[in-house]
Amino acid sequence: MRRAEIITAGLLALFSIYLMWKSAELEVGYIPDEGPGGGAWPFWLAGIMLICTIIIGYNGYRGTSPPSQSTEPLLDAYGRKMLLLVGGGIIGFVGLVHIISMYGAMFVFLIYYLRLLGRHSWALTMTLATAMPVIFFFFFEALMRITLPKGMKFTEPLFNFLNTIIY
Amino acid sequence: MEILGLLADGFLVALQPTNLLLIIVGVTLGLFIGAMPGLGSVNGVAILLPITFLVPPASAIIFLAAIYYGAMYGGAISSITLGIPGASTAVATTFDGRPLALNGRASLALVTAAIASFVGGTVSIILFTAFAPPLASVALSFGPPEIFALMLLAFATFVGLGGDDIPKTIFSICIGLVFAAVGFDEISGAPRLVFFDISGFLHGVNFLVLAIGVYGIGEMFWTIDSTRGKIETLNPKMTFSGILADSKEGMKQGWMGTTIGSFLGFFVGILPAAGATPGSLMSYGVTKLVSKRSKEFGKGHPGGVAAPEAANNSASTGSMLPMLTLGIPGSPTTAILLGGMVIWGLTPGPRLFTDQSEFVWGLIGSFYVSNFFALVINLSFIPLFIWMLRMPFTIMAPVIFILSVVGGYAATRDMHDVWLMLAFGFGAYFLRKLDYPLAPAVLAIVLGPIAEPTLRQSLLFSSGDPSIFFTRPIAGPITVIAIILILLPLVKVILDRVRGVKAPADA
Repeated sequence: MRRAEIITAGLLALFSIYLMWKSAELEVGYIPDEGPGGGAWPFWLAGIMLICTIIIGYNGYRGTSPPSQSTEPLLDAYGRKMLLLVGGGIIGFVGLVHIISMYGAMFVFLIYYLRLLGRHSWALTMTLATAMPVIFFFFFEALMRITLPKGMKFTEPLFNFLNTIIY
Repeated sequence: MEILGLLADGFLVALQPTNLLLIIVGVTLGLFIGAMPGLGSVNGVAILLPITFLVPPASAIIFLAAIYYGAMYGGAISSITLGIPGASTAVATTFDGRPLALNGRASLALVTAAIASFVGGTVSIILFTAFAPPLASVALSFGPPEIFALMLLAFATFVGLGGDDIPKTIFSICIGLVFAAVGFDEISGAPRLVFFDISGFLHGVNFLVLAIGVYGIGEMFWTIDSTRGKIETLNPKMTFSGILADSKEGMKQGWMGTTIGSFLGFFVGILPAAGATPGSLMSYGVTKLVSKRSKEFGKGHPGGVAAPEAANNSASTGSMLPMLTLGIPGSPTTAILLGGMVIWGLTPGPRLFTDQSEFVWGLIGSFYVSNFFALVINLSFIPLFIWMLRMPFTIMAPVIFILSVVGGYAATRDMHDVWLMLAFGFGAYFLRKLDYPLAPAVLAIVLGPIAEPTLRQSLLFSSGDPSIFFTRPIAGPITVIAIILILLPLVKVILDRVRGVKAPADA
């Protein structure tokens, strides 16, 4: 993990420099009668971050931090597979929210996770995949009056119908 | 004695059948609203405020205060069982509550949380009853330098713990503070840190987006990866004797956290603009700092559950104090309550205690009653929460992911934040693998919006002279303690080096 420790410290150092540059769009010094400029707080904090990343990188190079002493890779085959299947599944879920609504995306994600990853029976999968969006709909839309994303226009008739039930 | 008489009158108001029913319904509703990620007491109180116009003002505020109490208890439930903070006030509960649940000690964590909440609530109500007016004036003497010094102390407690890698801890605090600065510069009104001109950054980075990303998504990836997906839910069925045994153990191991949380939480709660979330995070930090077993914190120590839970309940009562006595809300929820009071025709301020004594003492009486019912209702639901934990992990995991996504959206109602939360989740997973502590970042994003303006206002008062933090009677000692805490690990490193050099020479 030593290489990962050094590379991550390097990337975070670059991010810190970016934050310093971005903060400098506003005044980073002291303005008489106005106090510290709008960019001062994030600029100097990002400066401290940069110093920290240099120390972290140096410790990694010297092999004094626990991750840099570990011989395990940052991501082994299982970790990569997990990220691809679980992480990819969540990205797909959030992507689908824009198209088929939060409730539709929930339904698809539950089928994917319970059936394909969890290998549960179809009966359990379909019961949960149907019940959860319905419970969420009534809890958020009817009880809490919080509207969750409805996706693209084609879902409108369905939600119009459901709204007539709750309002 | 006069206070006891007034309190007795207050109890009579709180125990009227309608009010008692409102307390029980309010606490139960609050418990479930608080347990829902992304929703907190502020949502419950805001949504149910219009309903209260149907009942007299005293009953109305009793109902809302009961929801507030219930939500404070409820926040801990999802923090412990799911690892997602149910509300901002329960972020610190996740640090030790979740590891306890993963070790099969969810019941201990839940019982400890309930008892600590009860003690915190009770202590704060007693403090409230006895010292309401003088404490309000103490809170008012806290100007920007004092509040900034207090924030510095909160960060220092995290740095001074010594257990974690110091540069990584400082990095984590700073990145949290920078994220808190995204959006608009509050003083000049200019847009700031709007990355790649994406408009979603204009409303800033909501701390729940970071907290759910780190604890809901990132932590889940890490759990699945580190256990190779073979997660055993060891939590046994709950029995009455089990709850009793857990209560004893929770009290034994969590007494210090409960005590610190009860007093510190109350004090932070009464400070205008602070509230229960900073109170709970600071109590966690201080308890970890003074504990002899500080190394066990973050891995599943009941003290780490007791401190924030006692503190958030204590602070929720504390934040009522400036609202009632001065008309200054100490938290978003009390701001809504204040709005409600104005609509009900009451004028908050020092005269409220004399002009509307029945209302005020009825409310204080209801605090005691709500606190008691919150404990009873919470304890009676614990077996249900444990049952949920016994579900196979392949059912729990998608439910947690869905709650995270919905919670991330409900916090700000913007899909941009859901994507940002996912990015935080992936980032947190990698950083966690490389031993970066992430709790300080969550602490920092909560305290950032308080720390920055108070620092800038202080420096403006002093024309840029930082000695203002050392020369004022309250701010001075707090700043000095904070600096000592920050330097403590450095002194340790130097001492270790000196000893290291000495040792071979001795040999």
